Amino acid sequence: MKPAPFDYVRPRTLDEAVQALAGRPEAKVLAGGQSLVPLLSMRLAAPSLLVDINALPDLDHVRVDETGVRIGALARHARVLADPEVRRVQPLVSLALANVAHPTIRNRGTTVGSLVHADAAAEMPMVLRLLEGSVDVAGPSGRRTIEAADLYVGPLESSLHHDEIAVEAFFPTLPARTGVAFEEISRRHGDYAMCGVAALVTLDGGGAVSRVRAGYLSASDVPAVVDLTEPLAGGITPASLEQAAAVALTQLDPETDIHATAAYRAHLVEVLTARVVTAAYQNASEHTHQSTQE
Amino acid sequence: MSTEQLHRIRLQVNGVAHEVEVPARRLLSDALRHDLGLTGTHVGCEHGVCGACTILVDGTPMRSCLMFAVSAADSELTTVEGLANADGTLGPVQQAFRECHGLQCGFCTPGFLTTITAGIKENPSPSEDEAREMIAGNLCRCTGYQNIVKAVCRAAELAATHSGEADQ
Repeated sequence: MKPAPFDYVRPRTLDEAVQALAGRPEAKVLAGGQSLVPLLSMRLAAPSLLVDINALPDLDHVRVDETGVRIGALARHARVLADPEVRRVQPLVSLALANVAHPTIRNRGTTVGSLVHADAAAEMPMVLRLLEGSVDVAGPSGRRTIEAADLYVGPLESSLHHDEIAVEAFFPTLPARTGVAFEEISRRHGDYAMCGVAALVTLDGGGAVSRVRAGYLSASDVPAVVDLTEPLAGGITPASLEQAAAVALTQLDPETDIHATAAYRAHLVEVLTARVVTAAYQNASEHTHQSTQE
Repeated sequence: MSTEQLHRIRLQVNGVAHEVEVPARRLLSDALRHDLGLTGTHVGCEHGVCGACTILVDGTPMRSCLMFAVSAADSELTTVEGLANADGTLGPVQQAFRECHGLQCGFCTPGFLTTITAGIKENPSPSEDEAREMIAGNLCRCTGYQNIVKAVCRAAELAATHSGEADQ
């Protein structure tokens, strides 16, 4: 199928782009288009206007400092994934990006575009929420910052206004003595995952667990984050991991579709919670061990 | 129904500039095939899964069915028609596919050839595992993957020999 007709503009400045969106609530912003174009081709969406931001200057940056990683709206997934500084300062971003579709899709798709596409089956929205990052948006009244906790309001729905453009995402660095891990399970290499889990485990000075949070994709209709500190504060054991997965499931709502039943997804939540929290704990222990040696 | 607005754009394909007038919704894959007559680029699933329509955009593999032609006007495009050597002989990836029997029906082949052309530039001596990873985003429904993996490794050898000769 082919997309329905739409008006098209390719502005050269951010102001022009924002102006083009004004008064056009049916308009969509086109960056990489790797999620949007299939939606248009299948006529699941039929915006009246596409504002193509690919010609805007100064938005393809990836800036890293000790506070975290800042990713511009036109930075492609592949570019962010290839950046060794991103991996050093926020390894979870790199771990998750390696699971975003196929390399060819990552060559065109943008990380910021994926964030505001707000798909609960996608990796990066969940990671932004788990890391408590934020997205900067430009609109008619200037720029504002939307915290990840306020960004996702429903299935494929973000809290951006129709006349706003996401210009930059911020993924903060990890707290001290914190480890990360990520794993997802899909039917085929590069497909949407049936379930995916990322975890952050923070240890105290003595090496005991002080904070555990996990993010879940494809397990509810918005990207989900669950605090698992309470069941795991006494230590990472098979029993406490089982308890943690049970706590997670009280806050998730896995659904049945053609790829997996709700019961199978719930099973994946249990299996992946145990695996990923264990891996993040080991990762944190390694960090803590290294920093004591230094 | 009102007449759809057309956009006059210049597409730079395989070193040749083409002026075309297309509606904004014209997929790049359709512009190549229908407006330019470059039917080497194949359209399989038309939603980014199968990889048959993969072309090189400024040297990087991308799905031409997931881009609009109007959005590609600033880029240098390479299609399967641009992969032969300047003298018309087969390029290294094409030659490797011939030698290794890397195609059966041939429908998926243009997407593999473009993907591998960029892949062996980035990784000039891929292992078998890396070869599999390189082509993981392309589907072959004849399922001739074993020979395609062999062709990736052979193409890397041929490209290395070729560039070695060019240096001398």
